[in-house]
Amino acid sequence: MNGSPDRDQRDPCLDESLKEPTDSIIVDIASRVITPFILLIGLYVFFHGHYSPGGGFQGGVLLAAGILLLRLSLGVAVSQAIMPTRMTLRLAAGGVLVFLGTGLAAVFLGGNFLDYHYLPLPGLSPEYLRYYGILLIEVGVTATVMLTLVAIYDELLGC
Amino acid sequence: MDWMIEFTLFLILIVGALLVLGVRDLLVAVVTLNVFSFITAAIMVSLGAIDVAFTEAVVGAGAVGLFSIVAIRRTSRRSED
Repeated sequence: MNGSPDRDQRDPCLDESLKEPTDSIIVDIASRVITPFILLIGLYVFFHGHYSPGGGFQGGVLLAAGILLLRLSLGVAVSQAIMPTRMTLRLAAGGVLVFLGTGLAAVFLGGNFLDYHYLPLPGLSPEYLRYYGILLIEVGVTATVMLTLVAIYDELLGC
Repeated sequence: MDWMIEFTLFLILIVGALLVLGVRDLLVAVVTLNVFSFITAAIMVSLGAIDVAFTEAVVGAGAVGLFSIVAIRRTSRRSED
C-alpha cells in the first residue's frame, strides 16, 4: 500500500530496521509500561495452572510475548538485558532437562515415568509431593516454550 | 438467546476467513487472522472450553501475529498471487 517500492527488492539480510528501537515515543512508553504486567500475568497463569485454566504452555507464551514486545519496540540490543540471545536455547534445553529429570528420577526410584509419588523431596505428604511434582514439570514446560519462542524470533532477525 | 451469540460469532469467523484469503496486503491479512483467532477463542468460551480458548487467544493472537509480521518484513508485503 504505502510501502516504498524498493522495500521488496531490498536484500532481507540488510534489513536491520527490526533490530533498532522505535521512533515513536508512544510505542516506547507504552511498551515499557505494559511489559511488566504481561510478565506478571504470565507468571500468574503459570503458577495458578493448578486451579484454573492455564499452565505451562500458556504462561510460557505470555512470558515470551512480554519479552518479544520489548525486543520489537526497544530494539534487540536494549532487550538483551532481560534475556540475552546466547542464553535462550541453552535455557530452553535446561527446561527439557528439568522435565526429563523429574520423570527419570521417579523411574530410578522405583516408580513409573513421571510418577511423582517417588520423587526424592523430603518431608512432604504424598498429595503435596504430587503438587510440587507437577509444578516441576510446569517449570520445565514454561522455560522451554518461552525461550524457544524468543530464540525463533532472534533467529528470524539475525540472517 | 445463546444460539444468536454463537451464530453471530460464526458469521464473523467465516467473513474473517474469506477476508484473509482475499486481501492483497499481507499485513492486513495478518491482522485479520488475529481477529479470526480471537473470534475462535470467543466461540471456544461459549462452548465452555476455557483452556482451549486461552491457548487460542495467546498463541493465535500473540505469537502467530508477531512471527508473521517479522516474516513479512523479511520478505515482501504484497501478495504475488
